Amino acid sequence: MATTAGTLPAVGAHSGLWSWLTTVDHKRIGALYGVSAMAFFIMGGIEAILIRTQLAVPNGTVLEADRFNQLFTMHALTMIFLGVMPLGAAFFNWFVPLQIGARDVAFPRLNALSYWVFIGGGLLFVSSFIFGGAPNAGWFAYAPLTSERMSPGSGMDFYVVGLLMLGLSSLIAALNFAVTIINMRAPGMTMMRLPVFIWMTLVVAFLLILSLPVLTVALIQLLFDRSFTTHFFSPEEGGNPILWQHLFWVFGHPEVYILILPSFGIISEVLPVFSRKPLFGYAAVVFAGVSIAVLGFAVWSHHMFTTGLGTVPQIVFSASTMAIAVPTGVKIFNWLGTLYGGNIRFTTAMYFAVSVIVLFTIGGVTGVMHATVPVDTQQQDTYFIVAHLHYVLFGGSIMGIFSGVYYWFPKMTGRFLHEGLGKLHFWLFFIGMNLTFFPMHFLGVGGMPRRIYTYDADLGFDTWNMVATIGAYIIAVGMLAFLWNFVRTMRQAPSAPNDPWGGATLEWATSSPPPEHDFDVVPEVHDRDPLWYNRDHGVTTPAAPAHLHIHMPPPSYYPLVLGGALLLMGIGVLSHLAVTALGVVIAIYAVWAWTLEPTD
Amino acid sequence: MRRFSIAPRRLIPLLLLLLLVVALATACTDPMSTIDPKSDNTRRVQDLYVLVFWAATIVFVGVMAAALIFSFMYRERPGRTAQQIHGNTRLEIVWTLIPVVILAVIAVPTFDTVIKTTGDAPEGALEVIATGHQWWFEFEYPELGVTTANEMHVPVGRAVNVKLRSVDVIHSFWVPQLTGKTDMVPGHDNRLWFTPEVEGEFRAQCAEFCGTSHANMRFRVFVRSQGDFEAWVANQKKDRVAPTADLAKQGEQVFLTGACVGCHVVRGTAAAARVGPELTHVGERTTIASALLDNTPENMARWLRNPPAAKPGSKMPNLNLTEDQIQKLVAYLESLK
Repeated sequence: MATTAGTLPAVGAHSGLWSWLTTVDHKRIGALYGVSAMAFFIMGGIEAILIRTQLAVPNGTVLEADRFNQLFTMHALTMIFLGVMPLGAAFFNWFVPLQIGARDVAFPRLNALSYWVFIGGGLLFVSSFIFGGAPNAGWFAYAPLTSERMSPGSGMDFYVVGLLMLGLSSLIAALNFAVTIINMRAPGMTMMRLPVFIWMTLVVAFLLILSLPVLTVALIQLLFDRSFTTHFFSPEEGGNPILWQHLFWVFGHPEVYILILPSFGIISEVLPVFSRKPLFGYAAVVFAGVSIAVLGFAVWSHHMFTTGLGTVPQIVFSASTMAIAVPTGVKIFNWLGTLYGGNIRFTTAMYFAVSVIVLFTIGGVTGVMHATVPVDTQQQDTYFIVAHLHYVLFGGSIMGIFSGVYYWFPKMTGRFLHEGLGKLHFWLFFIGMNLTFFPMHFLGVGGMPRRIYTYDADLGFDTWNMVATIGAYIIAVGMLAFLWNFVRTMRQAPSAPNDPWGGATLEWATSSPPPEHDFDVVPEVHDRDPLWYNRDHGVTTPAAPAHLHIHMPPPSYYPLVLGGALLLMGIGVLSHLAVTALGVVIAIYAVWAWTLEPTD
Repeated sequence: MRRFSIAPRRLIPLLLLLLLVVALATACTDPMSTIDPKSDNTRRVQDLYVLVFWAATIVFVGVMAAALIFSFMYRERPGRTAQQIHGNTRLEIVWTLIPVVILAVIAVPTFDTVIKTTGDAPEGALEVIATGHQWWFEFEYPELGVTTANEMHVPVGRAVNVKLRSVDVIHSFWVPQLTGKTDMVPGHDNRLWFTPEVEGEFRAQCAEFCGTSHANMRFRVFVRSQGDFEAWVANQKKDRVAPTADLAKQGEQVFLTGACVGCHVVRGTAAAARVGPELTHVGERTTIASALLDNTPENMARWLRNPPAAKPGSKMPNLNLTEDQIQKLVAYLESLK
């Protein structure tokens, strides 16, 4: 292990807190992402439970108006930026190198930095509840409600700084994964042999790279409006509040695909393995994913159909939005084609994966209803949209992510999650989410607007709101079942073999959990489903040499130091600029020491 | 185990469909139902909604059925081997084209309806300027010289052309049975039009999150016969009815010497500040506080006692009025028919 250029002691421990703080191992960073994101996911769930408790009955008195507004804002921000995105990142970290036959990502220290910036931004966000109130203008933060005059507290400043940090983290990770996937594939792993999960990771990386800068620009403009009296979005000074909506949704719509495509990738791995047959129409599934990403940049104004766009833009964005249903449909049909003619093993992972097909389809067809502009003018900003988006993000993203958790758990930990408890978890989630979100269609059609903390008793909203609240509690019980399963499993000794499911992809060729260097011998790839090819053609992995001389990057604390410096810079914007200055000094030191740090 | 895990799932689509029909039937009668059209434009939307609803339902039922049937038919069985199919180009082309056709069927009437509903209002439409405030609605009838708040009156059978404005943040004008929503954007006037087809009282609510009391920013639309509407206009154009009862007379003194005149208009008196809702004829309205409370003396007193307690964040502060002042003000305001 290396000595370092700085004055701090050399690092090299393989266990204990220090080893986690300095790790650059993609698997450990994946574990950090996974555990942190699950904690934030639970936090977002608690926010949801509070919201549903307030809305269970008409004229609810559990929460005050402003607290409710903070909670629905933070629920969205928490679930999107601190839950689902980093849960995707956890799987990217774990399985990009393993599935492409690499020993780590292209830039291991950058990978650590992206985690530390994420956790800093996340904790900053959550701390807003303690320091003067959380953001309360919705996650979409429409101007001019976000101006200093309309939102004088610090909530919106937390929003700006928190999102800037989280965006930076995602951007770093996206560049890292794009470079890794393009450059570090094992011999024989051509682009059209990449697992679909890897393809979706690559697509997500490019979506992030192209969309996050737009959000960053908008956030900095908002920061300037609030702090330095510029007038990008303030109408009374000649600014344009609609500009914010355009910038936000040019990021915000691709973001939807950033949230859903990892799940599509996961179930495209799980469905073939448990159907024991190759993915139906691999090329079409890949091409559909890429098409969704490209079209995803051409539909943002469908979030703005009620802003008075005019006749022609409404028709154009209606058409582009309907067009995106075509590649999405292709994916669904190909997944069904994968089930067809299989010999299907219904593990918990498979339950979750099949449920994604059905639940996501509900969110998909209601999406087409919203693409129909005149219908959208009735449904926009009602509970119908809440139903739609949760079928996409809970039914699509969350269920897919849990499919991945059950599928890859033996690989990540060497242990199997209990299948019985897993199926209990599945049914509680499945029934709970349908009870919660399906009635929201009726509420929306019945005219219940979103983001209201109270409603009258004579509007016919009471029954379905109560049902939805009961459903939310059932989901919470399902989450408890999962947590119990997790704790119980982690107490057991590792018992998983290399390839418990008969997997097709390279991660199943190494031990469970994999060694630090992933593969003793870098595998050679002959087919799209390399392990099945090897099995069917009698190809055996060459034995590892008796003494492995594999160079792995040494641990480093500079990502942590730099991440901390960036957090200080953010805290400074919220408190005193001297703190930002301190952060800048530390950041310069960290970058300097980082570049001079020996790598062997 | 396997059989038990599949069976309940087969029942779910049937249950859901049953639920769908029952629930939509009940949603139809809700006061803010989006599928109970009472104007030309909402009827057009409804026709489109029915088309898309059935297209969506058919697609969903198809996918659901395929997922369930395949899950059941191809579940793990001793001796079964999975067919190693990699794809089928012809089939994949077909199921790419099917959605294209379905979408084309939806797209054509969609675009047609967009053109019809976003075009200019018919000739002779009644002009109304609706302005969003945190958290109430102002309605002006520029041709008639009438200004009112939170309760909009229109004649049946005549198109209404609503110009939409905001003085602070973005709000959205939405009367589910009469018109889909269009945002009220500060610095950027929007408009919408509709022709109400039946008389009645319609519930409405701001549909864009606009701050603390977004949930309490409601209004009503009264569609009246031509005669009733004209009578309403004639009354609105008059100055306030001078109070006759003692208590109401004292109430006017409290009103004119207190903080009220800083924000409100009562035509025929010195109160002429256009910050809060126009009050010249507040007594004839059915509701107060942006349609949050029924217009009763009790509710009026409750409101005056502490407005932010009734409507969190209310721009009308607690004026710390005495009970005596409140009783006089209530008598006065209720007399302003």
